[in-house]
Amino acid sequence: MLMSGRFGAHGGAFVPEVLMPALDQLEAAFLAAQEDAGFQAELAALLADYAGRPTPLTLCRNLGPGRIYLKREDLLHGGAHKTNQVLGQALLAGRMGKRRLIAETGAGQHGVATAMAGALFGLPTRIYMGDRDVERQQLNVFRMRLIGAEVVPVAGGLKEAINEALRDWTASFEDTHYLLGTVAGPHPYPLMVREYQRVIGREARAQMLAAEGRLPDAAIACVGGGSNAIGLFADFIADEQVKLIGVEAAGKGLDGGEHGATLQRGRPGVLHGAETYVLQDADGQVSESWSVSAGLDYPAVGPEHAFLKDSGRAAYVGATDAEALVAFALLARAEGIVCAFESAHALAHALKIATEGAVLLVGLSGRGDKDMAQAQALL
Amino acid sequence: MSRYAALFARGEGVFGAFVMLGDPELAGSAAILDDLVAGGADMIEVGIPFSDPIADGPVIQAAAARALAAGVRPADCFALIRGFRDRHPEVPVGILTYANLVLARGRDRFYRAAREAGADSVLVADVPLHEAAPFVAAARAWGVAPVLIAAANTPVERLRRIARLGEGYVYCVARPGVTGADEEVRLDHGEMLAVLRAAGAPPPIFGFGISRPDHVRAALAAGAAGVICGSAIVERIARGEDVRDFVAAMKAATFAEPVPID
Repeated sequence: MLMSGRFGAHGGAFVPEVLMPALDQLEAAFLAAQEDAGFQAELAALLADYAGRPTPLTLCRNLGPGRIYLKREDLLHGGAHKTNQVLGQALLAGRMGKRRLIAETGAGQHGVATAMAGALFGLPTRIYMGDRDVERQQLNVFRMRLIGAEVVPVAGGLKEAINEALRDWTASFEDTHYLLGTVAGPHPYPLMVREYQRVIGREARAQMLAAEGRLPDAAIACVGGGSNAIGLFADFIADEQVKLIGVEAAGKGLDGGEHGATLQRGRPGVLHGAETYVLQDADGQVSESWSVSAGLDYPAVGPEHAFLKDSGRAAYVGATDAEALVAFALLARAEGIVCAFESAHALAHALKIATEGAVLLVGLSGRGDKDMAQAQALL
Repeated sequence: MSRYAALFARGEGVFGAFVMLGDPELAGSAAILDDLVAGGADMIEVGIPFSDPIADGPVIQAAAARALAAGVRPADCFALIRGFRDRHPEVPVGILTYANLVLARGRDRFYRAAREAGADSVLVADVPLHEAAPFVAAARAWGVAPVLIAAANTPVERLRRIARLGEGYVYCVARPGVTGADEEVRLDHGEMLAVLRAAGAPPPIFGFGISRPDHVRAALAAGAAGVICGSAIVERIARGEDVRDFVAAMKAATFAEPVPID
């Protein structure tokens, strides 16, 4: 391994020794591809012609006060930002000669994006998904199977799905790429997924300058594992006047045990290959998280977010299930946009802090089709 | 001389038995540890149950889940080891666990607790060489052997560093994948063992998939100083069976004339 994979005190590669050569190979392939104009051109063409980039920046006409801009990853092919980095990793998998893809999924959006890549590149694809998420995201389960992926339910949620994918990969790495869906996990995933999601903030920054002639006061995104937030934040980190705000799932309230607010209520530890904040008990047993949105229902978080929290560059706050549902319904009524429950957390916080004269950038990470059945039951 | 050194100095193939502490519950677990010794186990490896054991297959995962469901905590596990140490002063005991349990207690406090319980070594399943330095330092500070893992796919330079840093024994992964009781064992370790030996590594012990007496014979014939058997024992515990006869049969295989598997 050429790099430490650290973000300050966080990150690293905490996996069984037998997996290290697979991470070495991935790191080498990723770093080589970053310098390879042919690879970058191929990825850029896929992002444009297959996935539909650039995505628009939409100024809310009716929500306010102030000016609230939405970065529309919900309009990306697949229905969420996940497609950006899945295409990058799938190209790498091909370069490494892998013949099979595996992935975990929470809400199903990463599973759908991976299934799409499997179909596009002709690679058999297996998706691990917690059984409680299979239950509440039936539409995405059907969509993955329609696209040709095998969906394997695992007892539990996103955490258990990642456990099972890691176990599969420990035995199958010779011919299989583990297409991890977020900026969590061992090095090089947090770095690699950030680089493939960076396009969100790069576009949004330029679009914002074109629309307003200035940068936003704050960039706001929801954080589960944290890939859409890192993607939005990355190109704003050097712009110190832009506040970076990650919105975690406060679930049924931060003071109870039922939330996914890892950065606000967790302690440093190791889960799924990285040193980072983890929701856990006094002994170090990992807690069950909760969120109405499957994609934010995760008891750890990408290590770079842990670093951004410790350094103070980003702030992390919570939005409850109820606040997210209100924002979800409000966006539908006011703007005619049905977003994912996950993205509604970011919007809920934007609406809390919006003032006259403020310019806010909200990462609308995905569309809400997958949440229709749940919304029907809850609203 | 450490307990491991004394054991390896006997010059016979070593049979190590793994169980999850607190499985199925605390009192039963203490009795099972005694049964392993009664059956002839030369060294004992004990798991401290963790909620998310990514290096373990279904059998060991289920054992951890049973122990956690029984309310077993790391402090209970250290007490079980202490009790075992008092009853069996000579038998080496190694802890197998995961990084988050070590860090939650505090690295220094964890290794101190291991030492005070009478454990001889600690292996942290999700700490590869890349992350091992602070764990090795804390282990050494408390006189606990840091056991590291080597695999057939581990690059040569890394094997040499594992040989230098590790103490007690080297846990050699007999195949890719997670723990489990296999029908066939895959033994393709000639180069790994040669590199470890040349670099002055502690004795190689083979684990992962060792579940039958012929696996024991094959591993010893391939150059292992011994084996660790886990899932096959834990399966018997899950079924409520006595483990002594199985351990005795596995230990007996360490004396048999080595027969290479082809």
